[in-house]
Order: sequence, then C-alpha cells, then structure tokens
Amino acid sequence: MTYDIDAIRADFPILSREVNGKPLVYLDNGASAQKPQVVIDAITQAYSMEYANVHRGLHHLSNLATEKYEAVRGTIARFLGVKDEEQIVFTSGTTEGINLVAYGWAMPHLQAGDEIILSVAEHHANIVPWHFLRERQGVVLKWVDVDANGDLDPQAVIDAMGPRTKLVALSHMSNVLGTVFDVKPVIDAAHARGIRVLIDGSQAAVHMPVNLDALGADFYAITGHKLYGPSGSGAIHIRREVMDEMRPFLGGGDMIREVTKDTVIYNDPPMKFEAGTPGIVQQIGLGVALDYMMGVGMENIAAHERHLTQYARQRLDGLNWLQVQGKSASKGGIFSFTIDGAGHPHDISTVLDKRGIAVRAGQHCAGPLMEHMGVNATCRASFGMYNTEAEVDALVDALELCHELFA
Amino acid sequence: MATEAFEEIAETFDFLEDWEERYRHVIEMGKAMPALDDAVKVPATKVEGCASQVWILPRIEGEGADATFDFEGDSDAIIVRGLIAILHALYAGLTAAEVLKVDAQAELGRLGLDEHLSSQRSNGVRAMIGRIRDLAAERAAA
Repeated sequence: MTYDIDAIRADFPILSREVNGKPLVYLDNGASAQKPQVVIDAITQAYSMEYANVHRGLHHLSNLATEKYEAVRGTIARFLGVKDEEQIVFTSGTTEGINLVAYGWAMPHLQAGDEIILSVAEHHANIVPWHFLRERQGVVLKWVDVDANGDLDPQAVIDAMGPRTKLVALSHMSNVLGTVFDVKPVIDAAHARGIRVLIDGSQAAVHMPVNLDALGADFYAITGHKLYGPSGSGAIHIRREVMDEMRPFLGGGDMIREVTKDTVIYNDPPMKFEAGTPGIVQQIGLGVALDYMMGVGMENIAAHERHLTQYARQRLDGLNWLQVQGKSASKGGIFSFTIDGAGHPHDISTVLDKRGIAVRAGQHCAGPLMEHMGVNATCRASFGMYNTEAEVDALVDALELCHELFA
Repeated sequence: MATEAFEEIAETFDFLEDWEERYRHVIEMGKAMPALDDAVKVPATKVEGCASQVWILPRIEGEGADATFDFEGDSDAIIVRGLIAILHALYAGLTAAEVLKVDAQAELGRLGLDEHLSSQRSNGVRAMIGRIRDLAAERAAA
C-alpha cells in the first residue's frame, strides 16, 4: 500500500496555516504533535453532546460518557499489544505514569542502599521521580552511559545490575538522539534477577509498532499529546502481578470502594490508581487518535518515517559544519544538532522560525545527556507521520542561511 | 527623538526591507559588540528570565536623577547580543531620569523588532529592559 501523505496532511488542519508568512514546517513533534481533525471533532462532540462525569451517575449522559471513556482502555491495549486491558492505567501523560510507579511501587519497596539503574539519555520525567527516592530514602541512582554513536549497549546495563538493584528505568527511544534502545535483553536479564523494569515509551510508541505482551516490561508509559492526541491524556501499562504489589498514589474519588471514618477499601486495579475526575474528554480524544494511527497502520507510519529519516540523515550529513548528535543505526526521526561557529541554538531556532520552521532549542529536559555530550544546548528537529522530504529540504535551506549568517 | 546612536540605527533599519536583512543587521551588531570579561559574568550581573544567558554590567556615573547611565552587556546568543547592542544605543548616555521615560516598546517598534517584547517570548529583551530600568531607578533615588 502506498502512503498517501497528501491525504494525511489534509487530515491535520494546522498544517495548512502559515507562520511568519511561510507555510508551517512543523518539526517539533518530539515536544508535542499536531492533532488530526477527527480528534478535534471528537473533543467537540464529547463536550457538545455526550458529556457528564464518568463512573458515577446512572443517568443517560453519564453512562454514555463512561462507555466512551472506558472503551479507550481497550483501544490503548490494542495499540500497545496488550491482551488484558485491565493492565492499562489512565494517566495525564508519561510524567504522571512514572510518578505513579515511584510513589506506588518504588517508595514502599526500596530501602536505603537499593539501586535504580538509569541511562544518561533519560528525560527528566524519568530522572526526577527517582531523585525524590534518593533524597528521601537513600536510594542509589546508577547511571549507564551511551556510546559515541548514541547507542546504549544492553550488556552495559546488565553488567550494572547488582544484588541491590531493584529497578531499571530506561527510555525506549531517546528524545534527543533518536536512538531506539534495544531494551528486550535488558528486560529479560532483569527479570532473571528479580529486578523490575520501567520503559519510558513517550517517543517510541509514536514511531513504531510496540507489542508489550511480547516485550514484557513491568511498566510502560506513554503520553497522548505526542501520539496526535490531546494534551493531558496518556496511560501506563502495568503487568497484573506488579499491580498487586503497588499501593495507590493519589487518593480521592474513583479509586475507592468504601470510605468510613476509620477505614478505606480501595477499588480494584486499574481504578485503584485513578483518583479524582479524570481527563474524560482528553482520553476519548486519545482513543480516536490511536484509532487514526492504527487506521493508517503503525507499520506504514514506521516505514514512511524510516524513509524520511534516511533522507534527512543524508541531507544533514552533507552539511559539514553541522554537528548532529547520535549516529546510531537504529536512529529514528529525531535530529539534535549544533552549527560550528554559530553562537547558540536559540539563534538558529529564531531564524528557522522566521522561515516558518518550528524546532525546539535548549536542553530538551535531558540535563545529564547534555553534560555527557559536552554541549550546553542543541536545536532539535523531530519528525512525525505527516512530515515530508520537501520539509527536510526547507530545513536544510534554512540551516544554510543560519550558517551564512552566524558562522 | 531618541539618542543619536539609536536614531542612526533607526535610519539604517528604514532601508532594510525584510526580516532577513533586519536580522542580518542585528547579527552584525551582535558580532561587533565587545564581549564582557568572564570575571564579571556573575550572578549579580546575570539577567534571569532569558532562554539564553544574558549579563548586564552597569556603568553609571554620578548620583541621583542626573547620573549618566551606561552599561555593558553580553549573551551566549548572537541575536541577543545584537539586541543588547540596540538597547545600549537606546539607553547609553541618558540620565537615570531619562532612562525611565524611554518607551522601549515604541522605539523597538520603529525597528520592526517589537515582537521581541511580547511577554511570551523567552529571548529576554523584556527582562533586560526591566533590569536596565531597575538600575536607573535605583541610582535616580540615590
């Protein structure tokens, strides 16, 4: 089947607008992706005709909203290759998902001196919750480096596992380097040693099919706004037996079955981990976004992006004054770069913006990785399902202007 | 009517037709501006609220409202250095009292650079102007 890029682009209304008098070239998908019309329509429909609180009322609208909302659990399970949809916990995004694991699983299970293994390429969302445990209960953070190509050697992670290691927390795809990390051997080795594994799927799940039942991670977190869905939507997959080891994180309505002055009885998982009125419409929108992606086909999206990544690599490699971070063979469509002699990534992004090109400039919530790479900040162009070779060309043209202006 | 130095810049900008030419000029000004010595790039001179690093070192002579205002500045971003150079032209040589009367929004608007003043922009021009005004107000009251 051919990938009808024009039809896909037409599904995303924002892509037809101009920025600074130029057609928008949106290359900040790693930060947040744009939304197709079907998602925008679903949000409007939910608020216009089908809105009430979920899990509570017995009236028509509450039942309708609950059905729509709960159906998304099954959609997410299908999207992630999970048979048992009860293993999907709704969250507001990856950050909440990882904090849930930190408070609900790690805090009661880890003692002073116990270790958590992290790669230096983690996003702050997969670092700071573990720093909480270091600060508050003396947990030790062990860091594994990526190599010069931006690859993470699974054996290096396995070698770091010791008798006090309780958790390995790794990204599936670096939000700076674009490397897709080979996490399966790590998960298998960790499980052989009784170590739990959390995988941050924020980037990976957007760009390739994942099958979590096969992967076997204990925790796998995703975030809806990068998956062409609404901000404030997301989920974490938690294996059933691990759910049973967890205490609740946030307390409130929905996660509780019975409350008296002296006792509380919690709801069963997954609702045990979902306190308060959730992002009802956000999750409904996420379900539509995932259906949209599955409709196009994750294999097709991955193939399109592989092609685009290859083209971008080739074009960017032709600029000998451009330093791209990460040369892994498994690199996906995320390019962090600096220009020799150009003052600052903010200078570059300012000029790109004038050309209608949206990229991110800064540290990308990855302080330890920046330190490891020896750079203060980079620009990052990150591609999505709707980007084109012509947009790569527009980026390269604008970078040539930057080089001329600054270097 | 602003300072002579700023009027000169405004005159030049009148001839620059599109954003690329304007930015080219800002970048040239940024490259031409002398760098601050690393020794004075300290927390006291650092301007927070900028996406890139910015330092403003006051050089004010005299006391009170008639004190002569001047400063040196630097940034690790070239465009921001150029904007600092423009602010220098806008404010240097004025009295502390005059600094407080400058309508920076209107003056930068004459250069077509007022977009940098929106509060959502993180390049920090707003924060720099805030620092300059604070320094002038402090000396004017001394």
